[in-house]
Amino acid sequence: MSTAIQIPPGEVELEARDLSVLYGGTPAVRNVSIAIPDRQVVAFIGPSGCGKSTLLRCFNRMNDLIPGAEVTGAALFQGSNLYGSGVDAVDVRRRIGMVFQKPNPFPKSIYDNVAFGPRINGYKGNMDALVERSLRQAALWDEVKDRLDSSALALSGGQQQRLCIARALSVEPEVLLMDEPASALDPIASQKIEDLIYELKQHYTVVIVTHNMQQAARVSDFTAFLYMGEVVEYGPTEGLFTNPKEERTEAYITGRFG
Amino acid sequence: MKRPENEKESAAARAERARTGPPASLVRDGDARRAAPVGRTVESVAAGDAVEGIANPGGAVRGASRSVDLRPQVGRSAPRTPGQEREPPSPRSSSDRFEPRIAARARMGTVFAVMCFLATIVGIVVLAALLIDIVSDGWQRLTPAFLNGMPSRLAERAGIKPALVGSAWALALTAIIAFPLGVGTAIWLEEYAPDHRLTRIIETNIANLAGVPSIVYGILGLALFVRALALGRSILAAALTLALLILPVIIIASQEAVKAVPNSIRLGAFALGATRWEAVRYQILPLALPGILTGTILALSRAVGEAAPVILVGALAFIPFVPSSPMDQYTVVPFQIYAWVSKPQPAFLELAAAASIVLIVLLLTMNAAAIYLRNRYSRKY
Repeated sequence: MSTAIQIPPGEVELEARDLSVLYGGTPAVRNVSIAIPDRQVVAFIGPSGCGKSTLLRCFNRMNDLIPGAEVTGAALFQGSNLYGSGVDAVDVRRRIGMVFQKPNPFPKSIYDNVAFGPRINGYKGNMDALVERSLRQAALWDEVKDRLDSSALALSGGQQQRLCIARALSVEPEVLLMDEPASALDPIASQKIEDLIYELKQHYTVVIVTHNMQQAARVSDFTAFLYMGEVVEYGPTEGLFTNPKEERTEAYITGRFG
Repeated sequence: MKRPENEKESAAARAERARTGPPASLVRDGDARRAAPVGRTVESVAAGDAVEGIANPGGAVRGASRSVDLRPQVGRSAPRTPGQEREPPSPRSSSDRFEPRIAARARMGTVFAVMCFLATIVGIVVLAALLIDIVSDGWQRLTPAFLNGMPSRLAERAGIKPALVGSAWALALTAIIAFPLGVGTAIWLEEYAPDHRLTRIIETNIANLAGVPSIVYGILGLALFVRALALGRSILAAALTLALLILPVIIIASQEAVKAVPNSIRLGAFALGATRWEAVRYQILPLALPGILTGTILALSRAVGEAAPVILVGALAFIPFVPSSPMDQYTVVPFQIYAWVSKPQPAFLELAAAASIVLIVLLLTMNAAAIYLRNRYSRKY
C-alpha cells in the first residue's frame, strides 16, 4: 500500500488509522490508513464493493446506524478520534456533513429542507439569511428564490441534489462527504455538481466517492484507489491517473477490471 | 401461421445451412436464399438484417422476410467447422417451434375475468339486499324522536339516545387509550427495537393477537377490568376491553405506515445531526401519520360495531338515562340492536333496523373520514 502523500501535520483534516469495518464479521474495510488534507478534494475510486462508501461513512459515523457494523481502529477529525469515548455521533454529523447517492430531500418545502438542520441544532441567527446563503453556496438560489415554499419534490433530480448539498451546508460543517453525488444525475446536472465541488473546496474539505474516473480526475486534488477493502494507492490525482505506481491501479483505471 | 416458403425451400439454402449449422434457422428462408448465392456467411446476413430491422421498422409489416436475431450472442459467435453437424438440430422457423393458440388463450382470459366479475357481483348484491332490507324496515322509525328518545317498553316511544351517547363515550375513550399505546408500540418496534429474536417474537404475536375472536377479549376484559380492577359495569371497562381488541390492528397499521417512510429520509435527517427522536418527530411521524390515522380510524370503526365483548363486560339492555361519565353504566348501539332483535314484537325489529341504519351511517362516516385523511395528506407533497 502506498499512501505517499505528505501533508504538514496542522493541515490534516481527517485521518484513518488502521481502520477496519466489519459487517456481521465480514470485513468491508481492512486496516486502512489514510490522511485527508484540509480544504482539498479527495476522491475514493474503486470497483463496486471495494469498501469506499463504507470508509466514507466512518468519517461521520453513519456506520453506527447499520446493524451489525463494527468499526475498529481510529478515525481522526482534526486530531481527535471520532470513535473516542464521550464523542457524540450527533455532534460529529453536524460538523461532518454528508450528501447521498440518490437525492433525498425531505418531502417538505424547499425552505424547510434547508432550515431543518439549523433548527434542530439550535441555530440562533437569522434563519432566512442562512437559508439564502446555503442555497447560494449550492448554486441553487437563483432557481428557487421565488418558490421557497413549494415542495422540494417538485424540483428536478439535479436541483434536488443541490438542495441536499445546501441542506448539508446549512449546519455549517467543516467537511462534506459525498457518496457518489452525481451518479443518479444526467451529464448536465452532474457537471453542475462538479462545478459546485470546485467552489466548495474554498471553504470545506470534500471527500467524494465516485464510480466515474473522469469525474474523479476532474474534481479531485488527491485520489485513493481502493480494492477489496484496502487502499491500494493514494496520491495526487494527476499522478495517479497518468502514472500509477501499482499494477492494480493501472489495471483499474485503464478499464481492465472493475 | 405457416409461411409457404418453408416447404419449398431452395436447395441452395439447404446446402448453406448444412454447411454453417443452426444460425441459418435464424434467418428466414427468403434471406437464406438471397444469401447463399452471393456467398455471404449466414451470420453477416443475420447481422445485416438486425441493422435493417432497426433502421426500417416498417419492413416487418410489409411482409418481406425480415427477422432479427434474438438468440443469445454465444451461439452466433461460437467457432464453427464447415460440414459439421450441430446439436440440437434446430427447426426451420419460429412458426414451427411455437403454437401460440392466441384465440384459446384470449378465451381463458375472458372466462377468468367473468368469474372475477361474478364474484364481485355476489358480494355487492348481497350487501345491497341487506341494506335495502334494513332501510325499508327501519326508515319509518328513523325520526328525531327516535334518535333523541330514551328506551321504552313501548316500541312507539323507544329511542336510542343512551346507546348513541354510550357508543360515543366508548369510541372516544377507546381512541384515547388505544392510539398512544398502538402508535408508541409501532414506533418502538420499527425505530428503536434491536433486530433480534425477541423483537421478532413480539411482532409475530401481535399479528396473532389481531386474529383472536372478539369474545375472547370480552372474557379477558371481564376478568381483568371488571373484576380484578373493580371497574364494574362502567364505560371505562368497555373502552379498555375494546382498546385491547383493536390494539393489534393499530400497531400493525402504524408499523406499515412507519415502514413505508423511505430509509433515505432517516439517513438524511441523521446526517444533519438529528437525534433519533428528532428524526422520528420531524421527519418520520409526519410522513407516517396519514397511514397511522387511517389504520386507527378503521380499527375504531370495528370497535364501534362490536357487540360481543361489550355484552360480556356488562353493557345493559335497558338504560333509561344518558351516561355522563366514564364510570357510568351504559349500553352501545350494537347491543341495543341485539336487545331489540331478541324481543318478540315486530315493532322492535323495526327499531333494530332503524338503529342499524344509524350504526351503518356512523361507520360509513368514519371510513369516509379515513379516506379523506389519507387523500388529503398524501396529496400534500
